Amino acid sequence: MPIQYYIYFCLALFSLGVVGVLTRRNAIIVFMCIELMLNAVNLILVAFSKMHSGIAAQNGATNTAGIDAQIFVFFIMVVAAAEVSIGLAIIVMMYRNTRSIDINFLNRLKN
Amino acid sequence: MGIMKVLVGFIILWPLAGFLFNGLGRNYWSKKVIAYKATGYIVASFIASVFAFLYVQKHGAISVHYFDFINTDTIKIPFDFKVDALSALFLLVITGVGALIHLYSTSYMKEETAPHYARYFSYLNLFIFSMLILVLGDNFVVMFIGWEGVGLCSYLLIGYWFTNGNYNYAAKKAFIMNRIGDLGFLLAIFWLIVKLGSVNYNEVLTATSLAKLSTTDITGITLLLFVGAMGKSAQIPLFTWLPDAMAGPTPVSALIHAATMVTAGIYMITRSNILFSHSEITQNVIAIIGISTALLAATIAIKQNDIKKVLAYSTVSQLGYMFLGLGVGAYSGAVFHVITHAFFKALLFLGAGSVIHAMHHEQDIRKMGGLKSKLPITHLTFLIGCIAIAGVPPFSGFFSKDEILAAAFAKSPIYWVLGVIGAAMTAFYMFRLYTTTFLGNFRGTIDQESHLHESPVAMTLPLILLAVASALAGAIGFPEIMGGHHWLSHQLIPIVGEPHELGLAHSIEWVLMSVSVSIACIALVLAIFIYKKKTDEEPTTLVGKFFYHKWHIDELYNQAIVQPLNRFAGFLKYVIEKKVIDGAVNGTGKMVQYSARKVRLIQNGQVGYYILFMVVGIILLFMIWFNDTKILFFFNKLTKN
Repeated sequence: MPIQYYIYFCLALFSLGVVGVLTRRNAIIVFMCIELMLNAVNLILVAFSKMHSGIAAQNGATNTAGIDAQIFVFFIMVVAAAEVSIGLAIIVMMYRNTRSIDINFLNRLKN
Repeated sequence: MGIMKVLVGFIILWPLAGFLFNGLGRNYWSKKVIAYKATGYIVASFIASVFAFLYVQKHGAISVHYFDFINTDTIKIPFDFKVDALSALFLLVITGVGALIHLYSTSYMKEETAPHYARYFSYLNLFIFSMLILVLGDNFVVMFIGWEGVGLCSYLLIGYWFTNGNYNYAAKKAFIMNRIGDLGFLLAIFWLIVKLGSVNYNEVLTATSLAKLSTTDITGITLLLFVGAMGKSAQIPLFTWLPDAMAGPTPVSALIHAATMVTAGIYMITRSNILFSHSEITQNVIAIIGISTALLAATIAIKQNDIKKVLAYSTVSQLGYMFLGLGVGAYSGAVFHVITHAFFKALLFLGAGSVIHAMHHEQDIRKMGGLKSKLPITHLTFLIGCIAIAGVPPFSGFFSKDEILAAAFAKSPIYWVLGVIGAAMTAFYMFRLYTTTFLGNFRGTIDQESHLHESPVAMTLPLILLAVASALAGAIGFPEIMGGHHWLSHQLIPIVGEPHELGLAHSIEWVLMSVSVSIACIALVLAIFIYKKKTDEEPTTLVGKFFYHKWHIDELYNQAIVQPLNRFAGFLKYVIEKKVIDGAVNGTGKMVQYSARKVRLIQNGQVGYYILFMVVGIILLFMIWFNDTKILFFFNKLTKN
């Protein structure tokens, strides 16, 4: 499958995440959209990794080319997991304190 | 040489020491200490001047070098002092008359509080210091330093009673008018530097340097120098400051505005007489302006009723005579008149001060009269001064004025006729002043009459000494046709050259002399006769009014120069300053404030908007990057695969 399809797909996925972050007011949905963006990036990293290893195999090189992108993906997934645990904790605390998870409600520092 | 360096240093530094002492210690010293110190320093300077004079008599002119004032590749201006016959004579006059006036001031100013008393004497000492630099300088730049210094002191002393607004106005007028002249002097110095690369007398005022200058150069330089002299010595058209300068204390008028500072112009022209003698045009200009000033001021003096104003216009008139003398080439005659005038005019001003003192600051001569018996010493000395200035032999004014008039006759009989008319007017207004003040009946209030008193000895002693000098100073220039030797013109030979032969037969000189003396005597007797019984009331005739109002020259200047300048300044203030400059400055501030009001609405506190702007920004950045060929190339490569 040509790489462009992956790129367009990831672009669409990422844009969905961005639009979600910009438009939704529910903190959990905003959080999910952030995850969506992270995963769009993960996906494109894997796609490029595959492309580079394919090119390297055609040229007769060793088959470890592009492996670093996949390592990156694992890192991102780990960081995302950590982020989720903290982020959800924040949202829980927020709900306990304000009885709301509307992010537009969190502008108390204004003025 | 070494001893001279010390001696000249003494002459200069004593007055400076007095200035610093009184200026810095004005809140600490008692009036007695201030008076003794201030006068003592000038007397010390006078004694040193006498030694310097005797040294020059014995060994000839000398130049002492202290340090280099300006030293560059192209020009070197040393801080040198020159003591020769001319500057030594001026030294004696300045420190001698200066010391007497300091002595007089100690009593005249005694009503002032100690700090102001000290301020007065520190200014006066600073003046003497500046005047000494002016006459001692060995080049035009050092002379110019003194020239500016005396202008400053004149300003400070005219405005001495600074709480009076009119006096401040008079001080400013004097300063600004002097500045106009100073600009001319400064331009002349620049011209000399450009053409000759030097301002030292011994390099500029020589035949070799004259050869390097074209006729235009010489005429230009001398005319500009004369503009400087015009301002300082109160000649047409820059003379109106001098009568207003009478706002200062009377001893100041005597010292600065009669005896010394106003003669600086004559000193400067005499010093550079080699240049002036080579420009026919400048000489004619000087002679014409001199005689015009002499006549104009004399006509005004006839109608004035303020005792100091009469003397002020008389000073302007006498300065006009000196310039007439310079214009016709009688340099030693002009210097002679400077010296005699310094004596008799200082005497007259101090006498007027004594009268004002006795009359409790009344200056209107119409309210005086009959002071002869009440102020015998003042009366007698004032009378001697009047006779001296009127040109009655054997008093000093006769000899100096006659020398100028004889030289004027040799140049052109018209100058002589006008000069004699001026001399007659001089005799007339001086004896009008004398008669109205000292003869007849007392016309002041009873209160004033009961307080009339002769001044204390500190004031009468200078009067007596100056009266003696006024009576006898003619001896230094006793003319040769009377069997004299004319010591002064022989003294000045190194500076102004051999006294040139006038080409007049002795009989003609005798005739000229007797005509001028008899006309002056007639005017004198006429004045006594007219004013013995009556005083001048407000003038009724057209000419009388014209003279009384000083030819309306102040009004003319006001209309022609001051008002347009004020209007121009108003234009600059209200249009350029307020509209253009303030508009630009305030406009910048307003623009920033306005845009800040608008732009700050973006920061509304909603996180979503911030992220939106971030995304918009990132998209914009990407758009810019995509325009970059490198990225395009990368994408093209991708699409090919």
